Amino acid sequence: MLIFEQSSTGRSNEAQIPDIDTKFDDIPAAFLRDESPGLPEVSEMQVVRHYTRLSQKNFSIDTQFYPLGSCTMKYNPRGCNSLALLPGFAQRHPLSPDNLSQGFLACMYDLQEILKDVTGMHGVSLAPMAGAQGEFAGVAMIRAYHDANNDTARTEILVPDAAHGTNPATATMCNYKVKEIPTDKEGDVDLEALRAAVGPQTAGIMLTNPSTLGVFERKIKEIATIVHEAGGLLYYDGANLNAILGKVKPGDMGFDVIHMNLHKTFSTPHGGGGPGAGPVGVSKRLLPYLPVPMVARQGDTYSVIDEDDLPTSMGRLSAFMGNAGVLIRAYVYARILGREGMHRVAEFATLNANYMMARLKQAGFDMAFKNRRATHEFILTLKKQYKELHVTAMDFAKRLLDYGYHAPTTYFPLLVPECFLIEPTETESQQELDGFVEAMIKIQKEAESSPETVTTAPHTLPVRRLDDVKAAKDLDLTWQ
Amino acid sequence: MSNVPQELRYTKSHEWVRREEDGSVTVGITDHAQELLGDLVYVEAPEVGTTFSSGEDCAVVESVKAASDVYAPVSGEVTEANEALTDTPETVNSDPYGDGWIFKIKPADEGELDDLLDADAYAEQIAAEE
Repeated sequence: MLIFEQSSTGRSNEAQIPDIDTKFDDIPAAFLRDESPGLPEVSEMQVVRHYTRLSQKNFSIDTQFYPLGSCTMKYNPRGCNSLALLPGFAQRHPLSPDNLSQGFLACMYDLQEILKDVTGMHGVSLAPMAGAQGEFAGVAMIRAYHDANNDTARTEILVPDAAHGTNPATATMCNYKVKEIPTDKEGDVDLEALRAAVGPQTAGIMLTNPSTLGVFERKIKEIATIVHEAGGLLYYDGANLNAILGKVKPGDMGFDVIHMNLHKTFSTPHGGGGPGAGPVGVSKRLLPYLPVPMVARQGDTYSVIDEDDLPTSMGRLSAFMGNAGVLIRAYVYARILGREGMHRVAEFATLNANYMMARLKQAGFDMAFKNRRATHEFILTLKKQYKELHVTAMDFAKRLLDYGYHAPTTYFPLLVPECFLIEPTETESQQELDGFVEAMIKIQKEAESSPETVTTAPHTLPVRRLDDVKAAKDLDLTWQ
Repeated sequence: MSNVPQELRYTKSHEWVRREEDGSVTVGITDHAQELLGDLVYVEAPEVGTTFSSGEDCAVVESVKAASDVYAPVSGEVTEANEALTDTPETVNSDPYGDGWIFKIKPADEGELDDLLDADAYAEQIAAEE
């Protein structure tokens, strides 16, 4: 029931009405309302119950295991939140001069340094406000670099077919043509196809490593050599950085530019539309093109770097210091973990994924890449279940909701039929992982004995099986 | 088992091709392709008058599961696009080889048609994929 439907004429909530004695007589009459704004007329308790009930219908990381592959839905520590809410941060005006913002700027500077260190890059800008903007900044820097060298014949960006879907979109957005590179049977980039594809038209390659196939790209050094020898640059999509955090540095793999999703790897709140944070890191040759604003340090003084200080910058991406509140949370997270803690993130993220994969294998589920070890995520294919029992990956996903688990990523990557991309993250306990495996085993048994239980799931949620086609074609988002 | 009509030619990327009497060819996606994609919710046909080289992406089909490019099976100029699919993309699911056709193209080089797969070769390819 919508809150508007609970409205009753004349009911109000006196206690919560702000005590305003301001007269609005300086607003021109043309801009004043003729009618009341049509808000629901409800009591305080009705409002509290309504929104509490709505929140209970939600699947969230605070309520359920959320193994959404390639999304890194890890726990958001409360400590990061409470420190970011200290009045010095939360009430700082974004237009405050640098000399009154030294504490905040020091945190931003340190975060730049921490990200440089953990990725092996030479410079970091925190300006991009989300992963997509980070990608845009990265490819725009590749373009700025080639333009600065008068190397304007480079019109193509290579994208392996195991890449994130945002990669070809970003390349297109930056006015490059996209050339797809196939993957071999073991999930690595097909080197022969790559050699055949590079040339004087190659601006760069966009790579996710580990890839969306849940495996580490083993030939990364060779890929870097092939692309660099052709005069192209290497872009690292940081979507799966959690798997290698503190263990392998993209800078050491030969990447020239990287974007990181702090809302994944650095555990800032994620989902529900953000806000995100997508800092970029670069190799030496791209330093002049970093997006602004950034923070510089001279002795003990911190200052904001803008276009005047860095005229070669690819441009300004945010009015102020990115999503400042999110960046503070990431900074606190990084400081709580420390260098050793970051190693443990990668270790436990991969251990958890490999443990789950091994247990599901034992239970008879088929893995997409049987001969490969999982990274922080892995793919199982339900092709056999579909062929033999006519139960699809979507049916399994919906039934998992009945058992209290958020479904993993389904039908992505597209290369694997009827697939589940499962990413447990380092923050789940063994008991939680076992619970998920047990649920999968139960659903398999149901699929064999009473398949309609699975194909008509979910049975216990407020909303049953949705009509996907209708939802995509007849969107109706307004009330009345 | 998906339907693979004998009289059509096919591409490895799951387009079907039918030669018409006026010299043009009609192109759609195969029964196997529509089954893999699931319920279609959107089809973007190419603009009439555009020219493509064979293998170039020229149309988009989007289902509840995935968005996928459709590739030009031969080089040539698009002479007609199935506008009806804008409102009823589900026709591609229900009648992939009939009313679910996507566009017609005038081949620049008729010889390219001989490079396409015949029904047996395509059926063999999809059997190998499964």
